[in-house]
Amino acid sequence: MIRVILPHHLRTLANVGKEVELQVEGPMTLGAILDAVESQYPMLRGTIRDHITLQRRPFIRFFACGQDWSHQPSEVPLPDEVVTGAEPFRIVGAMAGG
Amino acid sequence: MNGVRVLVGTRKGAFILTSNAKRKKWDISGPHFAGWEIYHLKGSPADPNRLYASQSTGWFGQLIQRSNDGGKTWEPVGKEFVYDGVPGTHQWYDGTQHPWEFKRVWCLEPSLTDPDTVYAGVEDAAMFRSGDGGQTWQELSGLRNAKGHLWQPGAGGMCLHTIVFDPSNPNRIFIAISAAGAFRTDDGGETWRPVNVGLKSPFELPDPTAEVGHCVHNIAMHPSRPGVLFMQKHWDVMRSDDAGESWHEISGNLPSDFGFPIAVHAHEPNTIYVVPIKSDSEHFPPDGKLRVYRSRSGGDEWEALTNGLPQSDCYVNILRSAMAVDTLDSCGIYFGTTGGQVYASADSGDSWKPIVRDLPAVLSVEVQTLP
Repeated sequence: MIRVILPHHLRTLANVGKEVELQVEGPMTLGAILDAVESQYPMLRGTIRDHITLQRRPFIRFFACGQDWSHQPSEVPLPDEVVTGAEPFRIVGAMAGG
Repeated sequence: MNGVRVLVGTRKGAFILTSNAKRKKWDISGPHFAGWEIYHLKGSPADPNRLYASQSTGWFGQLIQRSNDGGKTWEPVGKEFVYDGVPGTHQWYDGTQHPWEFKRVWCLEPSLTDPDTVYAGVEDAAMFRSGDGGQTWQELSGLRNAKGHLWQPGAGGMCLHTIVFDPSNPNRIFIAISAAGAFRTDDGGETWRPVNVGLKSPFELPDPTAEVGHCVHNIAMHPSRPGVLFMQKHWDVMRSDDAGESWHEISGNLPSDFGFPIAVHAHEPNTIYVVPIKSDSEHFPPDGKLRVYRSRSGGDEWEALTNGLPQSDCYVNILRSAMAVDTLDSCGIYFGTTGGQVYASADSGDSWKPIVRDLPAVLSVEVQTLP
């Protein structure tokens, strides 16, 4: 199981706590994690990445193991610490606006 | 219970204000969707417990929420607003063509007869319809054939902000877009045409015959007289007596004819309300005095309504969707401000009291008269 930490507003929308656990099939890539999040919580479709293009929304950031993964391609594999569940994958609302 | 439910959309959530018919004591519920911008929420005329809300932020995009119990509980429904076919382009600020891009839902207008049918006005300007309670949305793309390539965004974005149904003709709908103008369909939304003859915007549109490009802020109609429309334009208050075929100015003695909302009294089709704003450069009331203006003659002759409203040092704005009326015997008028106040009058505007004073900036106010 991998662990994903969601931002406050998406926790409320999905009616979950700070952290969710997900089963990801196949290679553990950035895209696979986002697919799994949207599959388990359909109400989050479109809130993290665009419905159609699947591009990350501008004020969303991805972090894992202290590194910013926001600009990585969706097929890039994630670190072993995320794959094993030792470290969470973080979806963060960027600091922007007021 | 005979009473009212006031639905308030704000920059940081939705609030629901309820009262009995006396409208003296109010129950405040909220914030619903705390922290999100609620551009609009509105109830179904066919089922007052069915509400729809437009919820968005720059971070997470657009959501649509639906309630089946008058706003006690909500469920997210469909939020995919996909333009029909190749979206094409519209005019950009520099005169070039710019691709159509969905940004948000500005208004939700439930059908007069079916709680599961609801229309959405969006930015970049287009109209969508759902026939399944908001689960799925289809664009009425004929609207963008009404010279859409010439539409250009105003300062607030190129938004479709007003939808008005003709209660006597289910195939006729009026809409308004900033800064493109007013449009009408007579075939249920398949085809549309601009209805802007008589509007004058000499500084923005030097061509007096321009069919589109007028910055319409709001349109109102009395259901008993669907051929008569009232419009608050960027500048000028206007009236049409032929369902939008032509317009004439009724600004009369207003201290400023700039403003955003316009409303019609529930029982007097010739009594209308506006809130004059100083100018397009200074979005606050003239002289720091918050005054609603009422015309009982369908325009041209206006009286200031000030009893209970601040008459000094008031510099709030009242946005286009932030004024509404109830249909109780003594007609109630409501409006919200960017300062977070929601004012109510239970006597057609003669006197006012704030229901709440310190909400986030109010984006929209709608009223349901409860059986």
